[in-house]
Amino acid sequence: MANIIIDGIKASVPDGSTILQAANQVGVRIPTLCYHPDQSIKANCRVCVCEVEGNRLLQAACAIPVFDGMVIKTRSPKVIEARKTILELILANHPQDCLNCIRNGNCELQELAEEYCIRENPFEYKVRGFAKDFSTPSLFRDPDKCVLCRRCIEACSVTQSVNALGLVNRGHHSMVVPTMGGNLIDSPCVMCGQCIHACPVGAIGEVEQINDFLAAVADPDKVVITQIAPAVRLAISEEIGMATGAMAMESFVTGLRQIGFDYVLHTNFTADLTILEEGNELLKRVKEGGTLPMFTSCSPGWINFCETFYPDLLDNLSTCKSPQQMFGALSKTYWAEKMGIDPSKIYSVSIMPCVAKKFEASRPEMNSSGYQDVDLVLTTREVGRLFRMSGLDFSKLPGSNFDSWMGAYTGAAVIFGASGGVMEAALRTVYEVVTGNTLEDVNFKSIRGFDGIKEAEVDLNGLVVKVAIAHSLSNARKLMDQVRAGESPYHFIEIMACPGGCIGGGGQPITKRNAKRIERIDAIYVEDEGLPIRKSHENPEVKKIYEDFLHEPLGHKSHELLHTHYHDKHKTVL
Amino acid sequence: MAEEMRIVLRNYGKVDPLNIDTYLAQGGYKGLEKARSMGTADLIADVKKANLRGRGGAGFNCGMKWSFAAGVQADQKYVICNADEGEPGTYKDRLIMENDPQTLIEGMAICAYAIGATKGYIYLRGEYPFLVDTLNTAIAQAKDKGLLKDFDLEVRSGAGAYVCGEETALIESIEGKRGEPRFKPPFPPVIGLWGKPTIVNNVETYANIPVIVEKGGDWYAAIGDKAYPGTKVFTLTGDVNNRTFFEVPTNITIRQLVFDFGGGVKDGKKFKAVQIGGTSGGFIPESLLDTCIAFDSMSAIGATLGSGATFVMDETRDVVDIITRIAGFFEHESCGKCAPCREGTARVAELMEKINDGHGSAKDTALLNKLGTVMSYSCLCGLGQAAPAPVLTTIKHFEADYAAKFK
Amino acid sequence: MDYKEIIAKFADKPGGLIESYHALLKEFSYLPEEAIVEAAKVFKMSTAEAFGVATFYSMFSVKSRGKYVIRICESAPCHIAGAADVVAAMEKELGIKMGESTADGRFTLEFTECVGQCQATPVITVNGKPYLDITAAKIPAILAECK
Repeated sequence: MANIIIDGIKASVPDGSTILQAANQVGVRIPTLCYHPDQSIKANCRVCVCEVEGNRLLQAACAIPVFDGMVIKTRSPKVIEARKTILELILANHPQDCLNCIRNGNCELQELAEEYCIRENPFEYKVRGFAKDFSTPSLFRDPDKCVLCRRCIEACSVTQSVNALGLVNRGHHSMVVPTMGGNLIDSPCVMCGQCIHACPVGAIGEVEQINDFLAAVADPDKVVITQIAPAVRLAISEEIGMATGAMAMESFVTGLRQIGFDYVLHTNFTADLTILEEGNELLKRVKEGGTLPMFTSCSPGWINFCETFYPDLLDNLSTCKSPQQMFGALSKTYWAEKMGIDPSKIYSVSIMPCVAKKFEASRPEMNSSGYQDVDLVLTTREVGRLFRMSGLDFSKLPGSNFDSWMGAYTGAAVIFGASGGVMEAALRTVYEVVTGNTLEDVNFKSIRGFDGIKEAEVDLNGLVVKVAIAHSLSNARKLMDQVRAGESPYHFIEIMACPGGCIGGGGQPITKRNAKRIERIDAIYVEDEGLPIRKSHENPEVKKIYEDFLHEPLGHKSHELLHTHYHDKHKTVL
Repeated sequence: MAEEMRIVLRNYGKVDPLNIDTYLAQGGYKGLEKARSMGTADLIADVKKANLRGRGGAGFNCGMKWSFAAGVQADQKYVICNADEGEPGTYKDRLIMENDPQTLIEGMAICAYAIGATKGYIYLRGEYPFLVDTLNTAIAQAKDKGLLKDFDLEVRSGAGAYVCGEETALIESIEGKRGEPRFKPPFPPVIGLWGKPTIVNNVETYANIPVIVEKGGDWYAAIGDKAYPGTKVFTLTGDVNNRTFFEVPTNITIRQLVFDFGGGVKDGKKFKAVQIGGTSGGFIPESLLDTCIAFDSMSAIGATLGSGATFVMDETRDVVDIITRIAGFFEHESCGKCAPCREGTARVAELMEKINDGHGSAKDTALLNKLGTVMSYSCLCGLGQAAPAPVLTTIKHFEADYAAKFK
Repeated sequence: MDYKEIIAKFADKPGGLIESYHALLKEFSYLPEEAIVEAAKVFKMSTAEAFGVATFYSMFSVKSRGKYVIRICESAPCHIAGAADVVAAMEKELGIKMGESTADGRFTLEFTECVGQCQATPVITVNGKPYLDITAAKIPAILAECK
């Protein structure tokens, strides 16, 4: 332990603590901008500088370890002046359009400007004047707003091992750009959107499509329907100031009707359906000597990653469409038929924790219903904005239920939102299909949680299935390299592009903390445990769709509507 | 009059840089031989006793630095020579490498022995491509003679980045990356090149080593200024009669340097200012010329000894215009990693241009003062911390020159 | 020589990217995009990173340059020794502005900071070779050396 004095307060803190950690311990908050709790220390913004007795130079609290006897001043006049000046410098070329910014009210720089009472900036206001990049359907970049903290670069290169972003030039001319200074769409970007969470300001954001939604609602000829992804409910509450998981599903459904949806359905339905299709695909591959290990295909960021970096492994990908796209195709065929609605009038909107889903919906092959299967993808954040726009008070809103045919779901579908969830859901079903026995304990706890790579072996009456799970693409890369080298011992591998799975998706409420992601994972298993049915094959509406429409997993209709193929998108600039 | 004393330039004009035998004939490699006969602890203690302080600008006790690296257990350690002299007006390291490369190699080999390193790099600034062959020839000759034993030495070229003179930026550059400084701690003697203990010393520092080892720390410590002993090479530029170089003991005054060695101001004009240590040095007016050039006395007047570049300006020179150019230098050379340097150097340049163009006011110098002061203690590395010194010292000593340009 | 061969020569040098860039400059005067992509592969880094290095150092250029890169020092000692006059004379002689290249692809004019030849200011370099005490009168002879 080191005995230190911070702002006159005596404290004993663990050796090796940084000044920032030590200050937190004694309740002194030091402002930060480039600091990210789950990334490497950068010490480049200098906003956290403090005075350390005996040193003329101010010290970056995020980077400097304490020593025994250290005397620290975190808010002396010298410190305050330095921080104010640094903020003035950063703000002097930062676009002053907070009112129009996608991060208005949720911006680390805006918060600092407010805290440090930056009023009249003595430096001349000069925006750099870079072009915005709207080249992808998922996310945009506004380089003028970049404060060069480099958090997005680390998210992209270290967490995701995608390396779509890098620095160019030097000094005042340095900037963060997609590979070789081109547009995002020409870089290896997989559109996972983790850079959005990493960005402290509005330099990167989702391509917002709220106006498209409002226009659809305003169009009397359109039947606007929605599907909600498994990871959305527990996080949407964070967008309206409630605790994670606090919003009841019934209130959520009412809220969606209030903002203009004609029918509210659930992606969980097609998540359960996915398990039936994917589980049977796995068994078929195992029995018939198909390509193994099989990879899950629910996560569009992961699909982009596989197509870009591992095009030689596309045959390993399950041919199942993601639940979103299964839903889209069925909404304009099966559901339209059941409801007696002209599919050309259906405007199918999905609510996703994901920005890559926007790209996925726009893939040209995703039109097996004869129309664009999913017309619009809104992220959790966008729906949060719509809720705020609509002035809804969820504590007083009466509940309501999902609409029929594609609204029922099981606990197995709910856990799709967390890393390991798809695998667990698959095992619950595959076990019973193969063994014919009832699975007494449906909880596969060893494959839950935030570890980057998890693995398990399941004995299905003598057939031992080896499975592995990875979240974050840097972890996926480890498993893929193993497969490429012919050294993978697994039959089935689940990959989710984002840290923690969809609960940490690029479209979720902005969070830079893995601790928040873990909280969401916990909430998802609470929801699973509370549901009466927890195995996908027991979903009554799933049974019904096989009876009335699909007839059998991997059947003719399934192939037409629920399965897809992939493309080699290898780029030279990786 | 004070006299020149040549230690690092002892062989200047006496040896053929491409012929190691001429170096050996001058007693070369006796230092290394003696070093190897001493225990490493005794060797480091002697270098410490010499109180040789780094000649690159930071002035840290060289033996002390070595002792940190020596004290760390590691499977690999590195010795690096910082030959990235980029301070405008400086060419002392070139003089040493161009004329007597073996003295540098011997100094590095002694350091390698002292800390237990088997690999060394000379990081040569990209502006000296013509020295690559000289150094490689010298290294090959030393190897051929068996003088380096297991010490392997390689030349790496910079590519036009002043910031790579900062030791951690230099390390990044050798690693093949953008030359951006790391935050410290950890310091290179503990975690340096490729994460291994690394000593980075300047060319002039290494060139002192063979002589110190041969003649002993006590001998060296008695030369020049007590707190900053030894000699220093100065390169004189600007409006001075003797636009050349001198190696002098460290206890002379600035006045002696400019007027005795430099021969005074050119063309019979009056002295206006001198900037010592390169472009990041403070501007020194007439009234401070009797300051001793040693490290600490220079610090005390807000100036530096730095690289020893001595840039003399006569009475006709436009200080504000020169500072504007210097501000442009730092805007160009800031690496852009930390916010106060990236934005600050650009704003200093912008404000200086405004004043130099006749559009400024006292408000601008006040802002420059505030900004420069904040930069001097907030920036991540020495570049940003030193960049405002010319501005701050001229606002202090040459305020009238600024006022004369106000709108 | 082919850019791949040039880069391959440095493949076993740890951190050899910058050395390979120097070698590429000797051949091409600048760093062609495909060479940066190749270098990234050889040195096992991302293209984004290799491009970041290529754009950091002032001697490297990712844009095409003339066969002879003439750099005029503008650091303070050269500045007061008349660097501006050298710039004007050079621009007039070549008919291009600083930062530009001649239409025949022979010359590119760039600024540089100090090149360490301050005993004889102002200084210019041509493909790294320094020329000292430059005056307008000396320029034609220097250019004539560049075939």
